[in-house]
Amino acid sequence: MKLTLTEEQEMLKKAARDFLADKCPKTFVKEMEESETGHSRELWQEMVELGWTGLAFPEKYGGGDMNFLDLAVLLEEMGRACLPGPLFSTVVLGGLTILDIGSEEQKQEYLPKLISGEKIFTLALTEPGYQNYDASSITVEATPNDGNYVINGIKLFVPDAHIADYLLCVARSKPENGITIFSAETKNPRINCTVLKTIAGDKLCEVIFDQMPVPKANVLGQLNQEWGAVQKIIERAALGKCCEMIGNIQRVLEMTVDYAKERKQFDRPIGSFQIIQHYCADMATDVDGARFSTYQAAWMLSEGLPCTKEVAIAKAWTSQASQRVAALAHQIHGAIGVTIEHDLHFYTRRAKAAELAFGDADFYREIVAKEMGL
Amino acid sequence: MDFGFTEEQNKFRQEVCHFLEEEIKEGYWKPACDAWIQDFNPEFTKRVAQRGWIGLTWPKEHGGQGLGYIDRLLLTEEMLRYGAPAACHWFADRQIGGSIVTYGTEEQKRELLPKIIRGEAFIGLGMSEPGAGSDLASLQTRAIEDGDDYIINGQKTWTSGGSFVNYFYLLARTDPDAPKHRGISEFIIPADLPGIKRIPMTDITGTEAWNDVFFDEVRVPKKCLIGEKNRGFLQALHQLDYERSGMERLMGNYPLFEAIIQFTKENNLSQKSVIRNNLAQLQIEFEVGRLLIYRVALVMDEGRAPNWEAAMSKAYSTAFEQKLASAAMEVVGLYGQLIGDSKLAPVRGLAAHSYLGSKGYSLQAGTSEILKNILAIRGLGLPSS
Repeated sequence: MKLTLTEEQEMLKKAARDFLADKCPKTFVKEMEESETGHSRELWQEMVELGWTGLAFPEKYGGGDMNFLDLAVLLEEMGRACLPGPLFSTVVLGGLTILDIGSEEQKQEYLPKLISGEKIFTLALTEPGYQNYDASSITVEATPNDGNYVINGIKLFVPDAHIADYLLCVARSKPENGITIFSAETKNPRINCTVLKTIAGDKLCEVIFDQMPVPKANVLGQLNQEWGAVQKIIERAALGKCCEMIGNIQRVLEMTVDYAKERKQFDRPIGSFQIIQHYCADMATDVDGARFSTYQAAWMLSEGLPCTKEVAIAKAWTSQASQRVAALAHQIHGAIGVTIEHDLHFYTRRAKAAELAFGDADFYREIVAKEMGL
Repeated sequence: MDFGFTEEQNKFRQEVCHFLEEEIKEGYWKPACDAWIQDFNPEFTKRVAQRGWIGLTWPKEHGGQGLGYIDRLLLTEEMLRYGAPAACHWFADRQIGGSIVTYGTEEQKRELLPKIIRGEAFIGLGMSEPGAGSDLASLQTRAIEDGDDYIINGQKTWTSGGSFVNYFYLLARTDPDAPKHRGISEFIIPADLPGIKRIPMTDITGTEAWNDVFFDEVRVPKKCLIGEKNRGFLQALHQLDYERSGMERLMGNYPLFEAIIQFTKENNLSQKSVIRNNLAQLQIEFEVGRLLIYRVALVMDEGRAPNWEAAMSKAYSTAFEQKLASAAMEVVGLYGQLIGDSKLAPVRGLAAHSYLGSKGYSLQAGTSEILKNILAIRGLGLPSS
């Protein structure tokens, strides 16, 4: 057992932290939130050159041959910096899905373009309605038509769809138990995309498919497959969100402790008051619990071990921990923390988005209950 | 990172499980909550000793196995999972032996360590006093030099050990004029010296696992002093880090956890959403606690005393145990108030016992408030005043 990073991972972490500290200050994050695209092509290109888009893919597609655990380190730093843009969508939702279930031909077609940064990918999974990330929630239909398919329906909360070149769309191809994932080019006029106004300013979209034709060759993986394949995508995405969240709450803890040391009331630093100390101790415990449970699941995923329960534990814990940490951080920061001038709101808003994404604590508690045989 | 264990470690865990299952099959003891701290069973300790499982982490030259703290954690985790009666050797194995290895004289190592390893020396902890709990350094028990001896007068409380203990670990004031942290020394003394009187305390569960211990002109040879005179408090702080470090803070009432899950399934309560939700949440919190404690063992394997890390895991874990006890009481409803061997008491009366017994978990070995102070000040660098 070992809970420390390898030398290589430490280097990656440091490089990512330094790079993002330089290129992704909060002024930039704010600018991106307010911009239409929500990302900067220039920064995108620099991250591509650093190898971030290709890190977790095999060398034969132009990747860095590292694994999910290495990617976790990068995702954590992205969370710490509140990095805007489509890296998560492209790599975690798009690329790793293709790597996982795509045919060799599809991998050859998509992955080099993805790794080189030429094309942006995302995943269209969730739909309108209060759904639970299960097979029955998929109503977007893929109807066979002359050996090809026609897709109809609405997807909601699709990240970065407005700038993506490719969408991976999870659709119902058979009324009972028939879920298929299609890849589709977004320049198709039968796709209508609207950016939603969200708490994190993170460019989640409504995507409407209006009789969109898709060639059969765009079926990713198996036709009419079991929900299990989608579940694996959701698990990986949820875990990716955990990594972002630990970067987020680690930074929030540091900001809060620093503030508690500096801020004086009653002629002493507020961090010398026991109640503030205990709040900080609780925050640190939440952060470490999130870190270890997340990295445990990431390690298992990298090792190819079954980790449904561990991912569920990580996402349930980290989702709740992120909310507790945010709440205490605001309480300790006092009124300055609820102003738009202070950086804290960037973290609070993103923590809420990540908590909700790909299953919240309730959703994963239910999975844990099932794993316990309840 | 690697969250797995070596092949050897997996084999060792299996070996421990097999041993404990056989013990239960033979009817030597029944799994119980708090067995690590309350169930004194010299025969069990002897059998554990025969396998070389006491002093696992101590150096080979002192009769230990020279293994790591992760290895010890595998052992203790299984002992706790099975609710094994390990109280006779637990304290010496966890903290006193290590303290002797670090601070003891050659003579003390030669005399005491083999006795602990053989499962013959059962050591009770004499730290708290009626007036010295969280503020341990204010303790008043005196040890005054007299020729080749010290004369000890005073009272210790919450000393573990029933009537089985044959040694006491003792913190006593050796310099009343020094600042309170700097006038304290550590001793390990035979429990049967003239002038020592033990009076069992009955705790909220009705168990007599602790004692008040009175010292009246007890003459102790100087060779019983551990480490440096008047440096005992600092030595003891290290020891407290080890005292807080382990899985017993998370799994003290683990048999209840298994029993209540079983009970829920057997009584078709799984679909009751509050129960389902609470048990799943407990499972999540349990797994997180386990990881916090494994981190502590890794710190110890680096050769560091696990200071704020153990404070974190202990405060977190005892809160978990208390939640478990409360949740279990909610599951069994009205029946939760039935205690002991009543034929009507569900889950063998463990819920009621644990509900009461777990109140002390966040007080023993440092209250959660003190632990959070340590984490905030030592771990996060917040100002102490």
